[in-house]
Order: sequence, then structure tokens, then C-alpha cells
Amino acid sequence: MLPVFAQSVSSSELINNAKQYDGKVVSYQGEVIGEVMPRGDFAWANINDGKNAVGIWMTAAQASEISFAGSYKAKGDWFEVEGVFNRSCPQHGGDLDIHARSVIKKIAGRAVAEKLNPDKKQLAIILAVILAVIWILMLFIRR
Amino acid sequence: MILKPRLQDIRNIGYYLGKIMIGLGLTMLMPVALGICIGEINPVLDFIIATEITLIFGLILSRLCYTESDLNWQQGMVVVSLSWLAAMLVSAIPLYLSGHWKSFLDACFEAMSGLATTGLILVQDLDHLSRSHNLWRHLTMFIGGQGMAIVALSLLLRGSAGAFRLYVGEAREEKLLPNVIHTARFIWLISIVYLIIGTTALGVAGIFSVGLKPAASFFHAACIFMAGFDTAGFAPNSQNILYYHSWLYEGIIILIIVAGALNFNFHYQLWKGNFREARKNIETRAFFISVLLIFFVAAVGLQQTAVYEGAMMLFRKGFFQFISGHTTTGYATIYAQQFIREWGNLALVGLITAMALGGCACSTAGGIKMLRVGIIAKALKEDVKRIILPEKAVVTQKFHHIKEVFLDDRMVRSAALITIAYIVLYFTGAIIGMCYGHPFLYSLFESTSAAANVGLSCGITDAAMPSALKITYIFQMWAGRLEFMSVFTLLGFLVAAVRGK
Repeated sequence: MLPVFAQSVSSSELINNAKQYDGKVVSYQGEVIGEVMPRGDFAWANINDGKNAVGIWMTAAQASEISFAGSYKAKGDWFEVEGVFNRSCPQHGGDLDIHARSVIKKIAGRAVAEKLNPDKKQLAIILAVILAVIWILMLFIRR
Repeated sequence: MILKPRLQDIRNIGYYLGKIMIGLGLTMLMPVALGICIGEINPVLDFIIATEITLIFGLILSRLCYTESDLNWQQGMVVVSLSWLAAMLVSAIPLYLSGHWKSFLDACFEAMSGLATTGLILVQDLDHLSRSHNLWRHLTMFIGGQGMAIVALSLLLRGSAGAFRLYVGEAREEKLLPNVIHTARFIWLISIVYLIIGTTALGVAGIFSVGLKPAASFFHAACIFMAGFDTAGFAPNSQNILYYHSWLYEGIIILIIVAGALNFNFHYQLWKGNFREARKNIETRAFFISVLLIFFVAAVGLQQTAVYEGAMMLFRKGFFQFISGHTTTGYATIYAQQFIREWGNLALVGLITAMALGGCACSTAGGIKMLRVGIIAKALKEDVKRIILPEKAVVTQKFHHIKEVFLDDRMVRSAALITIAYIVLYFTGAIIGMCYGHPFLYSLFESTSAAANVGLSCGITDAAMPSALKITYIFQMWAGRLEFMSVFTLLGFLVAAVRGK
């Protein structure tokens, strides 16, 4: 039976003390970012806790629970993962990763609606006018 | 007596600086186009604002300083060094407007890191950065890697002696073709052909091996290629290459970064079908020997720490970071803290040495360069021969670099001077890092990474680091990329402006 760290461990704690946590069951949580990358019956999801993102190796069934992955246009689902932490995973060429035993969606992600920033719009228009004036002046003031 | 710069000097510098700024402003329209296509509203505005500021700056300069006279050596060097600083400032504008950088200095750091093909980052929450901004980060590497003067040479300037001076000012001395404009265009041709091949290979691998969706896969592929071939090291996500968890992807990246670290003149020979050059060229031989020897040292170091079980794992992790460092790319499949906590001093020393030596001359790589290493090694061999052979013996040494070249003292002196300048730059940065409380080896790692335009970090580079250290690294990236001469010329020009008569 592998020892379990019941409380969630941060990515910094895992990376900085990788030897101590190597091969142990840890609980880790954060936002799914980027894309979920299916690999046959399994999948990779990278989960960012705000400091670093850590690769989570999970089954395709577990990955199917992910609805949103974080990007410019989306806030990703927030998951709590319990699994075996590998300092240098023998199955994955030495990657620092977590092999998930269970994944629980804590907060559902959502699409982020972008709003036009009026200050930027105003500045862009003013600069366009200045640029146009300079351009026109250059056409008339020829050496 | 130092002569004060004349008005004509200022006009020439201003005119060509303006032209380069116009070229840079126009390249900012690429992220605008992408942003419009994928519906990123505010990022489009960021780039429109930055384009407008850059074009206004460029147009005013080129009009106020209009001249038909050509650049002399001093003016050419000053144009290059100033254009890199100006490019840093304007490239930082859209980055800062995005809100992903804590200060304008941080955005300038990232912009210089991109232009100088370094790869050190201060971006916050990279995983939520827009694709337009990400494209721009990678484009800065492509533009900086080819050389901004080459961009301007190819598009805006007519062929002239002044054009050649700009070309040399950006640390490129070898002309592939008799005309410098043709050389610039050929470098673009090589880069575009490799861009298509590399992006296709990564894009396909991204879909079938990594598991990315097609559109995302080709976006990642284009970004990774631009930063890889230009031996730069940015990636669209915060985990860098670890994000992909794929040995095939890593393998393709190794091929791309090695291609990027080879001399463009060497590529030209291969294009002409001269494959014997690979075996005979002093640079490729020096690079091959250096990779073998230094990786052996690093591997022994990694073996001692026993962090990676088995030869395959050690090779996959160890060799990737190592070749990434040696080609001065800076791609990583481990976290920055792991260098300090898990690699051990011997492996770090091996990696620092590889980063310091760098790739080949007339490539996109940084560092001392293999041609200089080869020349110094040949000079050493000649001196040893002189001691061993009878005094009356005539000792000559030659080497093969595209053609047979006899080694002369001027060549050795030039190679030794630049090598010394790099070593001074590496250690100066290390000492400044130590002033802020970092241990010597880690300070040297980060300083070498910045000055050799590598981009690997052992954790010192962070948005929270002191501003003075950020400015130190910006200076190192700038001076290291331009290989000192244009920077020294600018400093001399400024001294002449103040103290000259």
C-alpha cells in the first residue's frame, strides 16, 4: 500500500521536493490548461495550480469529464487529482508527472466572453489619425 | 582627438533606423491578421496601437533624416545596435498592453529575449495568453534570428556597401553569394523552406503522436518551428516542450534546432549538393566533437545523481536539455528548479560549458561559436608544433571552412578577442547575480544562458527578480546577440557625442 498525502500538494512543493514525493500517492489540484491530448485508452491533461502546470496521465474515461481547458478564450475546469507522483516517470521517458487514480471536477470551466476595451479603441483611433496626417504631409512635403 | 559626430552622421543613422522601424511595424500586421481571423478583439487593438506607434516613429525618422548617402562602417554599426534597442521598445508595446507582463520593463525583457533568440521569459499566466500575442512572441524570434537588418535589406533597402555594413553589424560576416541582398534573400529562402518542412512535420506529429486537434497542432508547430530553427526557445505554453509528452515531437525538435545551429553557408553547400562539406568543415567537426565530449561529462554527472533510471531515460532527458543548451535554443522538458535540485554540479558544469560555446557562426545560434573554437584549437596545435619541431622548420596550419584557409595571426586574434569578450560577459553577469545573493554556479548558469542567448533557466529569472538584474540580462542578451562590435561602436559614438570636438 502506497503512502497517501491527504492534503493537496502544490506544484512547487512537488517539483522542489520531488525525491521525497517520488512514488507516493498525492492529491493535487488546479485548472486544466491547453488541450486534452488523447493517447489510445489514456490521455494527457496538463493541470496548472497557478505556479506551474503538471502533466496528469489519466484514462480516456477520466479525461472525458473535462469540458473546458484553459486558454485565452476559456477558463478551464478545476480538478482535484489523486494519483501516484513520479519524479522521473519510467513509463514516460523521465517526465515529472502524476498517474491519476481518481479525478474530481471541483469547479466547472466556462467560455470567456471578450469585451472591447474602450480605452484601447480610442487610442487606436487617435493614433490612426496622427499616422494618416503624417502620411499625407509626407506626400506633399517632398524634398 | 575624438571627433564629434556630424549632422550627416545623425541623418544617415536616423534614416536607416526609420526604414528598419517601418519594416518592423509592417510585420506587426501578421498578429493583427491572425487576431481578426480567430476573433481576438483586444489583442488586435494591442497590435494596431503598436503598429501605429512604430510606423509614426519610422516615418518621422526616415522623413526628417532623409538622405541619399550611403552608410559608413561606424554609422552601420550604430544603426544596428540602436535598431535592436528601438525594436525591443516597440515590440514590448503589444506585450505590455495585453496585461500579461507586470511592468513595461518585463515586457522589454521578453521582447529582447525574443529578438535576441534567447528564450528567457517573464510572462505571467502564459497558458491564457492570446494566440495573437503568442504568434508575436515567436515572430520576434524569427525576425531576430534572421536579423532585423536582413528583414529590412530584403524588403526595403537597395543593395549597397551600407547594406553589407548592416549585415556585418548583426554578427554575420560570411556572404553566401557575392551580393549581400542576394545573401539576405537566400537566408530567407532557406528559412522559409525549412519553415514549411518543419511545421508540416511537427503539425502531423502533433495530430498523430501528441493528440492535438489539427488547427491547434499547426499553430503549435509553426510557433515551435520559428523558435526552434532560430535557436530561441519560446513555446506557446508554460511547460515549454514538456507540455507535449512525446518522444517523437522531441526528436523532430532536436533535428530542427541542430539545423538552426548550423552555418547558413554550410546549408548553402548542402543545397548545392556538396555533402563532403559536412565531413571536412572545421565547424561541423568542432560541433560534433564538442557535443560528444561535453555530453559525456554531463551524462557522467547525471549518472552520479541517479535521477534518471536507465540509459534511455538518461539520454532522452539529458541529451534533450544538453543539445538544447549547446545549440543555444533553450527548449526544456524539465522544470527550471530541477536543474538545481536534481542535476548535480558536474552535469550543470557540462551544460554551462555547452551553452557558453554555442552553435556555428553565421547561424541563428549564440555563444562563442564553433568556428572560433576550431580556429583557437588549430592555433594551439600550431604553437605546440612549433615547440616540438626543429626551430628552422616552417610551420603552417590550415583548415577547411567552405574552402581551404591558411590560419593567420589576424584570424586567431579576432577569434580570441571575441572569445575573451564572451567570457568576461558571462562572468560579469554571474558576479552581478551573486551580488543579489545567488550562489556562483547558479548565477553563472543564468548569466551564460542570457549572454549566449540560450534561454534555459535554473529559476533565477522571474518577474520578482530585481530590476537591475533584469537590465543586466537585457544588456547581456543584446551584446551577446550582436557579438559586441556594434555595441562597442555605439558606446564609442555616444562618448564622441559628449566629449568630441
